[in-house]
Amino acid sequence: MVDRTTAAATETKIQDPPWHRRLVESLGDLREALRRNPTMLFGLVVLGVMAVAAFGAPYFGLPDPMRQAPIERLRDPSAENWFGTDMYGRDLFSRVLHGGQISLMVGLSVAFLATVIGLAIGLVAGFNRRVDAIVMRFMDALMSIPAILLAIALVALWGSSVPNVILALTIPEVPRVVRLVRSVVLMLRDQVFVQAAIACGTSTARILVRHIMPNTIPPLIVQATYICAQAVIFEAYLSFVGAGTPPEVPSWGNIMAEGRRFFFQNFGMILYPGVFLAITVFAINTFGDGLRDSLDPRMQRRV
Amino acid sequence: MTEAMTLSAAPPRPVPAGEPVLEVEDLRTYFDTRDGVVKAVDGLSFSLKPGEILGVVGESGCGKSITSLSIMQLVPRPPARFASGAIRFRGRDLLKLGHEEMRRIRGNEISMIFQDPMSSLNPVLTVGDQLTEAVILHQKLGKRAARDRAREMLDLVHIPEPERRLEEYPHQLSGGMRQRVMIAMALGCDPSVLIADEPTTALDVTIQAQILALMEEIRDKLKTAIILITHDLGVVAEMADRVLVMYAGRKVEEADVVELFERPQHPYTRGLMASIPRLTAAEMETAPPRLSEIPGIVPSLNALPPGCTFADRCPHVQDHCRRGYPPLEPKRPGHVAACWESHRLPEWQP
Amino acid sequence: MLAYVIRRLIATIPIMALVAIFVFLLLHLSPGDPAVIIAGDFATEAQIQEIRQQLGLNDPLHVQFWNWLMNLFRGDLGTSIYSGLPVSRLILQRVEPTLMLTLCTMVIAVTIAIPLGVVAAWKVGTWVDRVVMTVAVLGFSLPVFVLGYALILGGSVWLGWFPVQGYTSIFTSFTGFLAHITLPALTLGLVYMALIARMTRATMLEVMNEDYVRTAYAKGLSTRTVLVKHALKNAMVPISTTIGLGLALLIGGVVVTESVFAIPGLGRLTVDAVLRTDYPVIQGVILVFSLTYVMLNLLIDLSYVLFDPRIRY
Repeated sequence: MVDRTTAAATETKIQDPPWHRRLVESLGDLREALRRNPTMLFGLVVLGVMAVAAFGAPYFGLPDPMRQAPIERLRDPSAENWFGTDMYGRDLFSRVLHGGQISLMVGLSVAFLATVIGLAIGLVAGFNRRVDAIVMRFMDALMSIPAILLAIALVALWGSSVPNVILALTIPEVPRVVRLVRSVVLMLRDQVFVQAAIACGTSTARILVRHIMPNTIPPLIVQATYICAQAVIFEAYLSFVGAGTPPEVPSWGNIMAEGRRFFFQNFGMILYPGVFLAITVFAINTFGDGLRDSLDPRMQRRV
Repeated sequence: MTEAMTLSAAPPRPVPAGEPVLEVEDLRTYFDTRDGVVKAVDGLSFSLKPGEILGVVGESGCGKSITSLSIMQLVPRPPARFASGAIRFRGRDLLKLGHEEMRRIRGNEISMIFQDPMSSLNPVLTVGDQLTEAVILHQKLGKRAARDRAREMLDLVHIPEPERRLEEYPHQLSGGMRQRVMIAMALGCDPSVLIADEPTTALDVTIQAQILALMEEIRDKLKTAIILITHDLGVVAEMADRVLVMYAGRKVEEADVVELFERPQHPYTRGLMASIPRLTAAEMETAPPRLSEIPGIVPSLNALPPGCTFADRCPHVQDHCRRGYPPLEPKRPGHVAACWESHRLPEWQP
Repeated sequence: MLAYVIRRLIATIPIMALVAIFVFLLLHLSPGDPAVIIAGDFATEAQIQEIRQQLGLNDPLHVQFWNWLMNLFRGDLGTSIYSGLPVSRLILQRVEPTLMLTLCTMVIAVTIAIPLGVVAAWKVGTWVDRVVMTVAVLGFSLPVFVLGYALILGGSVWLGWFPVQGYTSIFTSFTGFLAHITLPALTLGLVYMALIARMTRATMLEVMNEDYVRTAYAKGLSTRTVLVKHALKNAMVPISTTIGLGLALLIGGVVVTESVFAIPGLGRLTVDAVLRTDYPVIQGVILVFSLTYVMLNLLIDLSYVLFDPRIRY
């Protein structure tokens, strides 16, 4: 039996600062990491510029991205149409900027949803052996279906809409997050502070939320950046094979998909959105790499 | 002295008796780090005669391993650099050699064995593969001849069934066996200098004794000069002809083994000796000696105090000790030490 | 070894069964009536009824699943709604181009990426490392089809070195095959290369800190020998794991690449099926790709024996 007073003492000793305070601290660390890691800062700045360009596009006084002008179709870049026009004579520059909204939204939503769902499942699976056995079989099966194929099939079935695309891209990412969270939980479960908390009779939910979850956050944030980058690309793939967002919505994927038939006449329809997409994804990846390096203690020691 | 050299296929390399085979002179190995220059080895000089065993002792972090890696030129450059000095091997300064010339010496004329035989052997290559590699490279032996040589070397280090061992992988051998393989590997080209960096630290006590006996036997048979790096004064007392004590990257004392153990002139050496527990043989088995009784720690090598680096831990420290670093001077015949106060130290009672 | 292989094969059965259930349920997870979705917007009630009949949608769910599974075991993946042909036949007709494209891509990617990763690790921190790694991250960031169209424009239209699109079977003409496969394989290989090169570099950096690498240098071996013989062999297990897992990316890329280069393979079949909501075909393709993916990864697990003697099955 654990003596009451020692138990209380242990309880206070193993008491970590509340996780939100630790998050604030790690944000402070983030500032420090940004200062030390210029490529990471570069990624963040580029990402910020992209976001401003995409979400600020309606206020820049650009031509309406939906306004058709059949006479001006497939124009080359000019002072009036910086990126030229598409097959309906719509201004490509305006469409590419507006298109960023969907791509960024899809990327961020998928990263957020996959992380949250994966975190919940992973925490439970890591702590309960019976749930673990069932859930992990399920996740293994889900992971053996190539992600894009699964997403294509889901959208083809559910129909084209932005929420459907987000959900279809989220589902194949969940197992990877579950695995990551579960591995952290399994590692921590046997550590002294968790064992002590268990011995003190702390409820499982409390242990999970207070002691284990905060430790999964840093690797999860890194993982989330990669998922976000992947989702932006996959959204374009889905549109490209005709299983993406509705064709009337300008997204980078849709603009490029439309450009397929005209790529000999106007490569700009693929090139410009492609370059914007590549820069965005590159920025997300660079940011993610920097984040990983600054969170990985082994890397720090090497510096 | 030269007749033992004919054991291998290599041409005999005559070294006049008494002439040093290796001379280190004012070696300074500095590391440029973010927190300043770390003087890992700072003005070290010593020499090594053929067939001699030189013990280099000191606590961890005192520059022993960097010294050995400097001789082999295996310190990563950058961050390391050789600020000054010379390492003369048979009259050639190793620090002036090119990359390729140094490669021809490494593993051939100077070889090295490392502390942990578990991690120092490549897990995915066979013992035979790793043993023959160096002789094929340096002695231009064919596959067949290299294998014969490898078997010969395994015999020399008393590994039974050498033929079978050649086909095995390191994980199939015991710890002591692996260190024997390491020694055999190092001796394959019949080097004139063998650097052994804590060769027994990772081994069981009983195996330690066997490995040390093996190294002495090899010295007697092949007249290989050995630099034995260790923190264990017991090992030094048993094995070495001469002892060099290092502290904070510098030599603080050097003498013949008997002289040093009978009349240590530096308080640090005395501290090391005092910290050897005097135990019966049975107690030695369960608790190998540890050096932990000198108060304090080795000062950080990028912020050394102006005076004697040992001053803060020295029981005999005087005010003037902190003003200047003591010169290394002969205190007795064949016995040098760097201490302002050595003449005032009390008589040493072993 | 054989016992292990059999054990592993048996272990994949529940996973594949779950995949089969997923794939079956795909059709039934949909919010609406599957027959209506498949029939499309302009179908008459009679057409919808016909589809319902054809897919057995009027039966209870478990009966449908049982029938579907039994058909699967007989190699019957159902019938295409669009063409009326058996799905298994459609897939078999399309296997060769996809298989060839994937193989060529793997060979190209692995032979380029591993040396690149090794060099980057060797020259870590220098501009060589930085260039290789930046290109690798770029490789992750560029959508396959943008690169594909750029290569068509550059290599086929401007330089005229390669045919614009299409595919020639290796059994028809070897040179024609090579001409047609080069650009798609390069296109598809970039992401895969990026992945393998990064993993190679990371693993090599870890291995190069090992004591046995220092031992190898202490023997006087050249840097090349140390890197290739001592370090790379130790790094091969994690690298080959990545090669296996990266196949999922490759399969995803195949779908897009085949569309860009008009290669009549399984990817093209998938895209066409999606456009026509030909669900039996989509199900069949997913099943085949998943099974292949699982089996290839099993094969790679078994190949660890070649690299690490400590692994015994």
